[in-house]
Amino acid sequence: MSNDILTELTRSLVDCEPDRTAELTQEALEAGKEPLAIIDQGLVPGMEIVGEKFQAGEYFLPQMVIAANAMQQAMGLLEPELQARQQVSESAGTVVIGTVQGDIHEIGKSLVATMMSANGFRVYDVGVDVSPATFVEKVRETQADLLGLSALLTTTMTAQRQVIEAMEEAGIRDQVKIMVGGAPVTQEWADTIGADGYAEDVVGAVELGTRLLS
Amino acid sequence: MRPQFRILSDDLIEQIITEGFELLVDPGVRVHNSEALELLADAGADVDFQSQIAYIPRDIVERALATAPSEFHLYDLHDEPVVRYGGDSVQFDPGSAAITVLDSQTREQRAPVTADFVKFVKLVETLPQLDAQSTALICTDVPEEIGDLYRLYLALNYMRKPIVTGAFRKDTWWTMKDMLVAVAGSEEALAERPIAIFDVCPSPPLLWSDLTCQNMIDCARYGIPSELVSMPLAGATAPVTIAGAVVQHTAECMSGVTICQLAKEGAPIVWGGSPAAFDMRQGTTPMGAVGTWMIDASYAEVGKALDLPTHAYLGMSDAKVVDAQCGLESAGGAFIAALAGVNMVSGAGMMDFESCQSYEKLVIDAEIIGMAKRLLAGVEARDEPIALGLMRELKHRAEYLGQLHTAKWFSKEQYIPSGVIDRGSLEAWKKKGAKTAWERAQDRVEELLATYEPSPISEDLREELRAITLKAAQTFGMNELPPLPQN
Repeated sequence: MSNDILTELTRSLVDCEPDRTAELTQEALEAGKEPLAIIDQGLVPGMEIVGEKFQAGEYFLPQMVIAANAMQQAMGLLEPELQARQQVSESAGTVVIGTVQGDIHEIGKSLVATMMSANGFRVYDVGVDVSPATFVEKVRETQADLLGLSALLTTTMTAQRQVIEAMEEAGIRDQVKIMVGGAPVTQEWADTIGADGYAEDVVGAVELGTRLLS
Repeated sequence: MRPQFRILSDDLIEQIITEGFELLVDPGVRVHNSEALELLADAGADVDFQSQIAYIPRDIVERALATAPSEFHLYDLHDEPVVRYGGDSVQFDPGSAAITVLDSQTREQRAPVTADFVKFVKLVETLPQLDAQSTALICTDVPEEIGDLYRLYLALNYMRKPIVTGAFRKDTWWTMKDMLVAVAGSEEALAERPIAIFDVCPSPPLLWSDLTCQNMIDCARYGIPSELVSMPLAGATAPVTIAGAVVQHTAECMSGVTICQLAKEGAPIVWGGSPAAFDMRQGTTPMGAVGTWMIDASYAEVGKALDLPTHAYLGMSDAKVVDAQCGLESAGGAFIAALAGVNMVSGAGMMDFESCQSYEKLVIDAEIIGMAKRLLAGVEARDEPIALGLMRELKHRAEYLGQLHTAKWFSKEQYIPSGVIDRGSLEAWKKKGAKTAWERAQDRVEELLATYEPSPISEDLREELRAITLKAAQTFGMNELPPLPQN
């Protein structure tokens, strides 16, 4: 009986009912559920099911993003409760992600940010048209484990190399794994510029991030 | 609003219909069937029994055009009216009666056998884009004389969807009718809820052969729908002009409707065909020629002007392998047919003119059909206001992917193709093996066949169908039927 609300919470993510997810998270807290239990037994299983359905071709990007946003919103409600208990939710790693200088394409980058966040990463999205210096600064500030660089144009993908060079010059290249992505980017290009990994889509990016940090 | 395509002016339609009437008076139509000649003579046509030519006055034809139903349905094996002949309904079935199958491994044409056709029927069942089955392949492991009925026997054992079929002889029609009655439960049930329609083909110019004419008369008497497949070859067996070929088509179909209605007033009959713009270099009958599509779209408009259900052979290719020509020709024809509002479009899977059926082409064509049907569904506002509320809420943020509005509408707004269509990135495509459309289609065929659900008919009915078929086979020296492949 007592787990019903968590089962419903899982279901609300799977059914793409974000308002319901927020409501149920609040209700679960009020009913005295532990925030970590709400995450581990309510939210995480929901995201797993959504991920499986996406992989199976049954779900599409909109369902994934809606569920991920709902998950993030629920985490926002749970954060103060976790802090009050001096608990932390288990983090898969800290990621800085952005689209490189000269490139204003947002969708792919934001999608990866959203999905990584929903999969337990602490994500710092620095936006689009981001200078190498800004990436360096943010990685330093957040002590990130992972840096994601997006480029959608053949003319801007060279900026991915410049960011990697800037990380080397700043002496922090070894502290962070760097993953690259975007339409013109290939594994070959990733190897050429000395990135740690490349993924061709959002699901691949989450898998890659997990693998690089394991 | 539904997107629609018009190709003939009202004046041209009227003139084509007028010339059609006049052709039936002079030079008349050749009818090599005594029963039809009697029917026409009794109705008041001037019939020369010696030369077997009927000169049919306009009023007889007009009466027939008026009594032929403008709408009827075909039913699936669950008694649902899943196919509507009439209005602007557009439905698709595979091309019929291929004499070869494209071998998936060798990519060469070979003689089809029982297992090939059964596989084909199963595949059609699993493709939601296809609305009906057809007796698509002629199996060569049974005597030629039962080639027609054997296909129907196999299909009836594996299908749920209704079927477009046809007989190759006068006597075999009766066996096929018996099978359909067995499945429907009774003659009355079959007439009330037909599960099959028979193609009946006049020969150009202006000839009804004994066989096909008799099939049409027999169908009419049993209330089984028939589909006229008039096939003028523009420039060879018909005038080279598109309008001229359509005039010939009109006269042939008018004579068919007349004979059908004289056999049984109110019998369902379809204004259909398989014409071609004759190829002036090769002397062939291209189904992928734009001229062919134009003849089809034109006669469909004539049929609609006469308020009759329509059919066309479109969405096929003249290519010998599943290549770029194959895709472009199949898509062109299917889209024209859809926009012309042809009720039943036969041709999916078919290539090498009308000779060969391919499983791989069938699953590619299913994507074409899916896209064509999406086009027909048109553009709708969906929301009121269309976008103002949503766009003002999001302002300049590109966050549409995460909106409930997106989740609600994307699968209705977009046709979402199967893995046959590649829309991944270059890297994703390489990672999956850098497969061509042909290879992806091969994968899709296997994937779909694994999802096939056995047909719901009872063991008793299967036994009855087998007995009917075996009896016919024995007449032609085959004492045992090939075993049915497992469900």
